[in-house]
Amino acid sequence: MAFLDIEHLEKAFGILRVVKDFNLGIQKGEFVSLLGPSGCGKTTVLRMVAGFETPNSGAIRIDGKDVVNQRPNQRNIGMVFQAYALFPNLTVAQNVGFGLKIKGVGRADQDIRVAEMLRLIGLPDLGNRYPFQLSGGQQQRVALARALAVKPSVLLLDEPLSALDAKIRVSLRTEIREIQQKLGITTIFVTHDQEEALSISDRIVVMNGGIAEQVGAPFEIYNRPNTKFVANFVGTLNTFDAAVLDPAAGRVSLAGTEITLPQPLVSLTGDRIALALRPEALHLGRFEGREVVLPGVITDVHFLGSVIRVRADVAGASVALDTFNRADTPPPPVGAAAEVSFSAADLIVLGG
Amino acid sequence: MTKLWSWGALLFGLVYFTLPLIGMTEFSLKMRRGEYSFDAYAKVLADPKFQETFSYSVLMALVTIAFGALLVVPTAFWVRLKMPWARPYVEFITLLPLVIPAIVIVFGYIRLYNTSSWLPLTGTAMGTNILLMFGYATLALPYMYRAVDTGLRTIDVATLTEAAQSLGAGWGTILARIILPNVLVAVLSGAFLTFAIVIGEFTMAALLNRPAFGPYMQLLGANRAYEPAALAVIAFGITWACMGLIQLITRFSKHTRAQR
Ligand SMILES: Nc1ncnc2c1ncn2[C@@H]1O[C@H](COP(=O)(O)OP(=O)(O)OP(=O)(O)O)[C@@H](O)[C@H]1O
Ligand SMILES: [Mg+2]
Repeated sequence: MAFLDIEHLEKAFGILRVVKDFNLGIQKGEFVSLLGPSGCGKTTVLRMVAGFETPNSGAIRIDGKDVVNQRPNQRNIGMVFQAYALFPNLTVAQNVGFGLKIKGVGRADQDIRVAEMLRLIGLPDLGNRYPFQLSGGQQQRVALARALAVKPSVLLLDEPLSALDAKIRVSLRTEIREIQQKLGITTIFVTHDQEEALSISDRIVVMNGGIAEQVGAPFEIYNRPNTKFVANFVGTLNTFDAAVLDPAAGRVSLAGTEITLPQPLVSLTGDRIALALRPEALHLGRFEGREVVLPGVITDVHFLGSVIRVRADVAGASVALDTFNRADTPPPPVGAAAEVSFSAADLIVLGG
Repeated sequence: MTKLWSWGALLFGLVYFTLPLIGMTEFSLKMRRGEYSFDAYAKVLADPKFQETFSYSVLMALVTIAFGALLVVPTAFWVRLKMPWARPYVEFITLLPLVIPAIVIVFGYIRLYNTSSWLPLTGTAMGTNILLMFGYATLALPYMYRAVDTGLRTIDVATLTEAAQSLGAGWGTILARIILPNVLVAVLSGAFLTFAIVIGEFTMAALLNRPAFGPYMQLLGANRAYEPAALAVIAFGITWACMGLIQLITRFSKHTRAQR
């Protein structure tokens, strides 16, 4: 049994069902991200775990104990908010020590723990400052220290990086991940930024319309999306229209080229299905091991440094493909004819 | 041209407000024939009745402030947190004392709590004091509520409450350690307004027959010439001192300086 168990969780605001039959088991020390578009119910799930919302039905168990009927201040859960939510009337040290004081920890032990936490977040000298004297990134680190000081059983973070600028967002997410691994704390991280979720999570839950569409490791989510929504939401995707020739053998026709997929199809002969490819699975020109070759026309070239992102019209679709920059091969000119190759094994068959 | 007009308006305003003040102050200094002196002030301050009524009113003001803060801070907090839809209604209720004359309230009190009623508060001095305090708190309600509600607007009440809850805090701790300190400046400005109101209030204290400062001023005004003017200047000074203190405290609270 998982350390944090969410079973058949349901939540409705009035007639609006916001979370629908949500199931998730999180192992101790695991870092799980809830990823999804705005309004899909991520915050609502998190708030139910924290105790700020009461589910209509379903169970939330932490370490085997059902917490649905516990009040938020009885659950021993650490929470970090998008808006930092530091207490403006308390210093950094008092903020971090707030939970300890409530727990009745002695003065000396409090000071030791606060100092330890401030070292952990890399701000050992800022204990006497007030929140308004800190930058946004510093405030969020203090908020993290405050949540962790009481040694919560679960740490919840609701888009903690959204209010920060891009550079700090990247460095702080790495820091959060390092601290999480160091302490081995079970963590749920809410974000709508797929790169963030992919880069720091053990597992990702992709949510859509209150439903957990797919749960899996970042590698799995990205390379083997179960649903059309997941495939489209996570990463960039090129889709092709194809006609099924022989479902049992996995043979399809893509713009007149016959392709054999590695797996059989559930569709009927003559059906039209959608096939998808990640930009990095497409290759400009012929290449060993990429047995399918299609003609195309270059329509756009973006030089991004180490990577060149090219757009081309291939088989009636506009596709994006990535090639690595090489000093000896300049990027192709716009309007040039080109061949695009890929391996049939990389094709993702998009289901419902 | 418009500039001339605005300067003219300002000048008129200044004259309108300061001339009576200057006249009153000047008059209060003329007790001794032919020269200015503080005789009237000395007389007033030495009057045991003055000391008695003034300290009574100060005490009543402090109790009223404490009661008002204890009533208003949790109420305004709760309304903001849990029943935002009720805000217009609560605001309307707190404004009622501005439209209902004090005399109506006090007659209502006397009807409800007289010696032959179910709760004979007016039967004892202490009971009447409590009743008077409730009356004062009602009069001060519009100012106190507005001040505190404005103070609450400057902080993110809902998120701070949730942050405190997730750290194990109960309602008492949240109110005492997070909410109250953050609206303290607002509470204090409400408190000074309450103080000014209570010190000058006449109707309630007179009808409930308590030895307060307002009725004393009235009594003095009806019987003497120079002392009431001196007393008025003193009362005016107290009010202005309260205003000054509000400013001072706003400036001294360290965590609100340069707040984002
Ligand atoms: N207290 C509430 N009352 C009514 N509806 C609510 C309430 N809280 C959330 N909702 C609705 O529930 C849905 C899910 O909201 P939620 O905040 O969980 O989304 P989210 O996935 O966190 O989105 P975002 O990425 O924008 O934060 C939204 O349609 C929202 O309008
Ligand atoms: Mg949200």
